[in-house]
Amino acid sequence: MSLLDSSLWDVIKASLDPAIWKELWGPIGETIYMTVVSSLIMLVFGLIIGILLTITNPDGLIPLKTSYTVSGWVINCLRSLPQMIMIILMIPVARLIFGKAYGTNACIIAIAASCIPMYARIVESSLLEIEKGKIEAAQAIGSNNLSIIVRILLPETLPSLIRGFTVSVISVLSMTALAGMFGAGGIGDIAVRYGYQRFQHDRLFACVYILIIMVQLIQGIGNLVSKQILKNRNLI
Amino acid sequence: METYLKISDLHKTFYPHGKPLKVLDGINLEVDKGEIFGIIGFSGAGKSTLARCINRLETSDSGSIELGGTDILKLPKKKLLQERHKIGMIFQNFNLFDSMTVYQNIAYPLQIAGVPKEQIKERVQETAELVGLTEKLKAHPGALSGGQKQRVGIARAIVTKPDFIISDEATSALDPQTTIQILDLLKEINRKYGITILMITHELDAIRYICSRMAVLEEGRITESGQVRDIFENPNSKTGELFAKVFKLLQSAELTHGGGI
Ligand SMILES: Nc1ncnc2c1ncn2[C@@H]1O[C@H](COP(=O)(O)OP(=O)(O)OP(=O)(O)O)[C@@H](O)[C@H]1O
Ligand SMILES: [Mg+2]
Repeated sequence: MSLLDSSLWDVIKASLDPAIWKELWGPIGETIYMTVVSSLIMLVFGLIIGILLTITNPDGLIPLKTSYTVSGWVINCLRSLPQMIMIILMIPVARLIFGKAYGTNACIIAIAASCIPMYARIVESSLLEIEKGKIEAAQAIGSNNLSIIVRILLPETLPSLIRGFTVSVISVLSMTALAGMFGAGGIGDIAVRYGYQRFQHDRLFACVYILIIMVQLIQGIGNLVSKQILKNRNLI
Repeated sequence: METYLKISDLHKTFYPHGKPLKVLDGINLEVDKGEIFGIIGFSGAGKSTLARCINRLETSDSGSIELGGTDILKLPKKKLLQERHKIGMIFQNFNLFDSMTVYQNIAYPLQIAGVPKEQIKERVQETAELVGLTEKLKAHPGALSGGQKQRVGIARAIVTKPDFIISDEATSALDPQTTIQILDLLKEINRKYGITILMITHELDAIRYICSRMAVLEEGRITESGQVRDIFENPNSKTGELFAKVFKLLQSAELTHGGGI
C-alpha cells in the first residue's frame, strides 16, 4: 500500500497487518545479529584504543605526546568520513577477510570499523572524567599502571562508560540500516527495497516502528543499568 | 631521637604556561621517628607539593629525601612501588574508590602489596575496628558522612602497617567535632603503632592539638621550625607571626564565648 494512492490512516492500518510482520522476523534477526556482533567488535577495539588515548594523554599515566597527537589526528580523520563512504572503503577489507565484499558479515566489518573511532573518543571522554585524586590515591598505595587501569579507572567510570556504549550501539543500529543498501539484509534493506523502490509505505512504516522500538529498548536498558550501578554505589 | 624523614635542599619549579614558578625553594626538614610533625602555611605555600614529592607523586628537581634510611629519589620504579606500601597517605577530599565497598577500599592496599588472601580479611577487620567502622564494611563510600569517609581513608592508609603517614589537610573538609575525632584517631594510631605522621594543614588548632613539633612553610621555604609552643609564643617569621596573632584572637574569643576547637 502506498501513500500515493491511499490515506495516511489506511497505510498505518495496513502497516499493522500480521502478514507484513511475518515477513519481517527474518530481517529483524539479521539486524539484531549485525548490531550485536558489530557492537561487540566496537566495544573491544574502542575500549582498547580509548584506554590507550587516555593514558598517553599529556596528563595521563604514561604521557606519550607524539603517539597521542598522531593517533588523535588519525581518529579525527576517520571520524570525518561519512558512514556511507566508510562502508565503500571497507569493501576491499571485507573481501580480504571473507572473500566477498557483500553480505551480512562483510557489512559488520564496515560498521565496526566506522564506529570504533567514535566509540574510542567516547571511552576517552568517560575515562577522563575520573577525579585525579583517585588515581593519586591508587599510586600512593603503590599500584602499578595495569592495576590502576583495571581496578580503578574502568570500575570508577563504569556508569559513564555504559552510557557511552549505549549511544554507540544506537549508532551501530542506524548504520546497519544504511548497510542494508549494500546487501547486508536486515530492516534497513526491507525499508529501502519496499519503501523506496516499490512505494510500499505500509512496510516502510513497519520498519520504522521496529527501529524506534529497538532504539528505545537499547537506550532504556543502558539508562537502567548505569542508574542501577550509581544507586548501588549510593551516588544518586 | 632517631631521624625518620630527612629532606635536604629540595627544589621544585613548575612551568605553568611556560613561565617558571618556584614552589619549593631549598627545603630542609627533619622529622623524628614516632613523632607527629606539623607543617603549616598559607594556601599556595607549597605544602601539597612538598607532601607529593615525599612519595614521588611529584618529581623533584634537586635535593634529597631520606625516609627511614632509604633515599627515595634514587629508587628505581619497581622499588618505589614497594616503598609506597610503607607510606600511607590521607587526603583532604578522601579520594576513596566509589566502585568498592568500605571493605574493598581497606583491602585494596593489602591486595596490591601481595598479602595472602587469608590474612587480608583479618587485617581489614582489625583495622576497621580500630577506626570504628565495623558496621559499615558492606557500605559504599557514597553512603558515608565526611567523618566516616575519612575514617575509611585512614584505615586504607594504615592497613599495610606503614612506618609513615602523610596527611595532607586530612581534616580541612570536616566540621569541628569530626575534626577532633579524626585527630584523636591519628593520635591513637601514632601511639599504638609508633607510626610517624607528617601533618600538613592550615588549621592552627589541629597542629596545636596533636603535633609536638612543627615547621612553617612560606613561599617554598621553611621559615621556622621547632616546638609548637615556642613558635606560637615567639614567632620569628611572617607566617608564624600572623598565625600566632590569629591564634591569640581565637583564644580571647574562646574565653568570651567558651567555644572549643
Ligand atoms: N602541577 C602543577 N603545575 C603547575 N603549578 C602547580 C602544580 N601544582 C601546584 N602548582 C602551583 O604551586 C603552588 C603551590 O601549590 P600547592 O598545592 O603545593 O600549595 P598548598 O600549600 O598545598 O596550598 P593549599 O593550602 O591551597 O592546598 C601553587 O601556586 C600552585 O598553583
Ligand atoms: Mg594543598
